[in-house]
Amino acid sequence: MKCTRCRAKAEVHLRSHNSAFCRPCYLFYFRRQVERAVAGERMFVPTERLLVAVSGGKDSLALWDVLADLGYDTTGLYLGLGIGAYSDESRGKVEQFAERRGLPFRVIALEDEGAGLAVPAVAQVTRRVPCSACGTMKRHYFDTAAIEGGFDVLVTGHNLDDEAARLMGNVLRWQKDHLARQRPVLPSTHPKFVRKVKPLYLTSEYETAAYAFLRGIDYVVEECPNAVGATQLLYKDVLNRLEVASPGTKLAFVKEFLRSAQPAFADVEREEPHDCDRCGMPAYGSRCSYCRLVDEVQAKTARALAGAPA
Amino acid sequence: MRIHLRPQRRTVELEGRRRVAQLLAELGILPGTAMVIRGDSLLTDGEVVEESDEIEIRAVISGGGG
Repeated sequence: MKCTRCRAKAEVHLRSHNSAFCRPCYLFYFRRQVERAVAGERMFVPTERLLVAVSGGKDSLALWDVLADLGYDTTGLYLGLGIGAYSDESRGKVEQFAERRGLPFRVIALEDEGAGLAVPAVAQVTRRVPCSACGTMKRHYFDTAAIEGGFDVLVTGHNLDDEAARLMGNVLRWQKDHLARQRPVLPSTHPKFVRKVKPLYLTSEYETAAYAFLRGIDYVVEECPNAVGATQLLYKDVLNRLEVASPGTKLAFVKEFLRSAQPAFADVEREEPHDCDRCGMPAYGSRCSYCRLVDEVQAKTARALAGAPA
Repeated sequence: MRIHLRPQRRTVELEGRRRVAQLLAELGILPGTAMVIRGDSLLTDGEVVEESDEIEIRAVISGGGG
């Protein structure tokens, strides 16, 4: 197979784009994809300060690599979830990546933020799905770190497969309020919410993995142990089977949703956020979902220690 | 050929040479869900893996819900 651009031997074949690329052309192509997403959706401009949420995985490190290469003012944010050796390895990959490139980064470890706040402990005591507890924690600490650090934009590495799986889940349950907010750019709706953007929203997992590999980025290959059996992985598998039968399905699903269907949901009314009576961050209700979760953890832990049923 | 599967941390050995597409099909791996790596290069579907080759098949799917 030959490179679509220069006819050299190809290393990456993208069926959904009916294209193949050699290494230099693929790296060029990938950066162009990110640049087009940023410009096309007006995600940010060079004068803005970007906080890039990095997990140590292929997507976030590939994205940080491209944005730093393009000259954007980036700072990494790693949130330690307290998932044993997996979190230790993830943090190590982020630190190594940042130090080699001289990029600034910040680390927040949940176990340092309060007793019992590591994701496995929260999931166990509240009997929630770990991914649910993880999502609540991430949203809170990403938002607070962005505000406290004076950043203009929070950048995440959500890719096409993430967005297609999320869309499938939202459509299967017709979650209108979620569909209303499923966009590559979420503008600030409160003084304590910065703009949130997903520059990889049209870039597949294969594409980000290939970029990371070809750039020599040392990322965490191991899967989060808590993700086993997660619904999102089931949706991804279904979508990948459709993709094999009809290349380009995932891209069309997300692109056409955003072009044709999303505007119909955009007007779904949502209550304006108030200030959380505990932490002051935006909340739908008197208390934000993070503080409600912490309340629940503390109450159930206290009951367990007292010997009462949790 | 010797095939290292990641992140499963499993190694399998197969006799004979085959194209990447055939290899993935035999292993039950959907195209586009894994990279096939030989040395420091990525292999496309049509390339042949020789019996003497040692390759890595690295899954690209990640996620839980966060």
